[in-house]
Amino acid sequence: MNKAIIIKDLSHFFGEVEVLSHLDLSVDKGELLGLLGPSGAGKTTLIHILTGQLKFTKGNCCILGKSPLNMAGEDYKQIGIMMDNLGLYERMSCYDNLKFYQMLDGKRKENIEPVLKKVGLWEARKTQIMHLSKGMKNRLAFARAILRQPKILFLDEPTSGLDPTTVTAIHQMILEEKHRGTTIFLTTHNMHESEKLCDKIALLNNGKIVEYGNPNDICRRYNYKKKINIHLKNGQDIVFDHTREIWEVIKTYFINDEVETIHSTEPNLENIFMELTGRKFDI
Amino acid sequence: MTNHIKAILWKQLKDTIKNKNIFIQFVMFPCLTILMENTIHIENMPEHFFTNLFAIMYTGMAPLTSATAVIAEEKEKNTLCVLQLCNVKAFEYLIGNAIYIISICMIGSFVMGLTGGYAGTALLKFMLIMFLGHCCSFLLGAAIGVMSKNQMTATSIGVPVMMILSFLPMLSTFNETIKKFSKFIFSEQLYILVNNLTENITTETGFILTCNFVLIIIFFLITYKNVSLES
Repeated sequence: MNKAIIIKDLSHFFGEVEVLSHLDLSVDKGELLGLLGPSGAGKTTLIHILTGQLKFTKGNCCILGKSPLNMAGEDYKQIGIMMDNLGLYERMSCYDNLKFYQMLDGKRKENIEPVLKKVGLWEARKTQIMHLSKGMKNRLAFARAILRQPKILFLDEPTSGLDPTTVTAIHQMILEEKHRGTTIFLTTHNMHESEKLCDKIALLNNGKIVEYGNPNDICRRYNYKKKINIHLKNGQDIVFDHTREIWEVIKTYFINDEVETIHSTEPNLENIFMELTGRKFDI
Repeated sequence: MTNHIKAILWKQLKDTIKNKNIFIQFVMFPCLTILMENTIHIENMPEHFFTNLFAIMYTGMAPLTSATAVIAEEKEKNTLCVLQLCNVKAFEYLIGNAIYIISICMIGSFVMGLTGGYAGTALLKFMLIMFLGHCCSFLLGAAIGVMSKNQMTATSIGVPVMMILSFLPMLSTFNETIKKFSKFIFSEQLYILVNNLTENITTETGFILTCNFVLIIIFFLITYKNVSLES
């Protein structure tokens, strides 16, 4: 079986409100899937369902061939999770936080040192969590998620609210995990992050998947509205619709040696999301 | 003992040393007992007065507030969800906390017993009474922690319960009306027991203690079933 995650016609209600509606989605082993959507789209709810923290209302889903509702001890050891609210023990040190999770898994502490070194927290191993910066806490939560060397890694907005340097560091670590063969299920509201990292993305809006596929393929699919953007030497910017007729005009600019730069502007995921849902991709 | 319970015990030990609020609960009454027993000597004061009084306050306060605070904090900080993802069952979590909190309180009680001059069988009886009190108090605290969404709610429910359990036995010694009501509470009956260690337990005391224990277990089970830590 080549699928790590299978979701079939999955729906979930909070009271009367349908937060996830008839979702169909699958993730291949070793694939990095990005689930994109604005706040309240249902991303975290789906992670809670897939990790067995929440019982879904309708449909079916399975993780490595097993329903999340039937997961037992060894099944949990196959998954790592980094939640948006981290769940770290604030008064304990970085090292002790990881040691505690190793103890819960009945393992020894030999994995802790390489993992802490990998996320750049070995020097801060004795520091209490309450004294760490947000970026360091996120890196520690990531370290805890990969400590088990899981087969599936769930990352719930791992770079939300972080500075660009830490974001780059976390992206690097995510890619390293992917190269190790880990299946990664990433939720984010950052389009650039998903374009950079993901093999496939699913755009989620109001609990429904409105688009699914490879980020570049999706952009190409919506490329019928492509534009040509010319920046002239006099500082003027001109945008043309991509039609046969405009080439004569552009040719004139070139003959008169007025063109500084020229490039085509393809739609990005943000534009596509707006076109599909009529709403901005705000957080 | 499972790996999970061992790990939770280890975690609580590491955490409590740095958690001043809980640490104070554990050491305050033993320290007060040592201080008062060694500094205040009033003529005609009943034997073991401070030890018995503070011991009952200790049993009504420390396990209850500690259990409430620990569980409510885990819920609020979302660490409970992470434990769930490590396949820690709710009963393992509660047993781990119960062993830890009750053991620490028993050490405190032992110090108080020795300070009060108890020895041999009397000390054993004193410790048994304290153990019973700590168990009741822990279960009440755990139920409050489970039913509270955050630490703020837990404190606002836990403090009045803790004050009733801790202070009614003391207040009842000054007021007969209060005594009429307080005798139905386990802490008052435990206070009667520690003040009469040489005498046999009366039917009334036995009956009230059993009823209290059963009611607390029922309350805990109902709360646990309705709010379940796993949900």
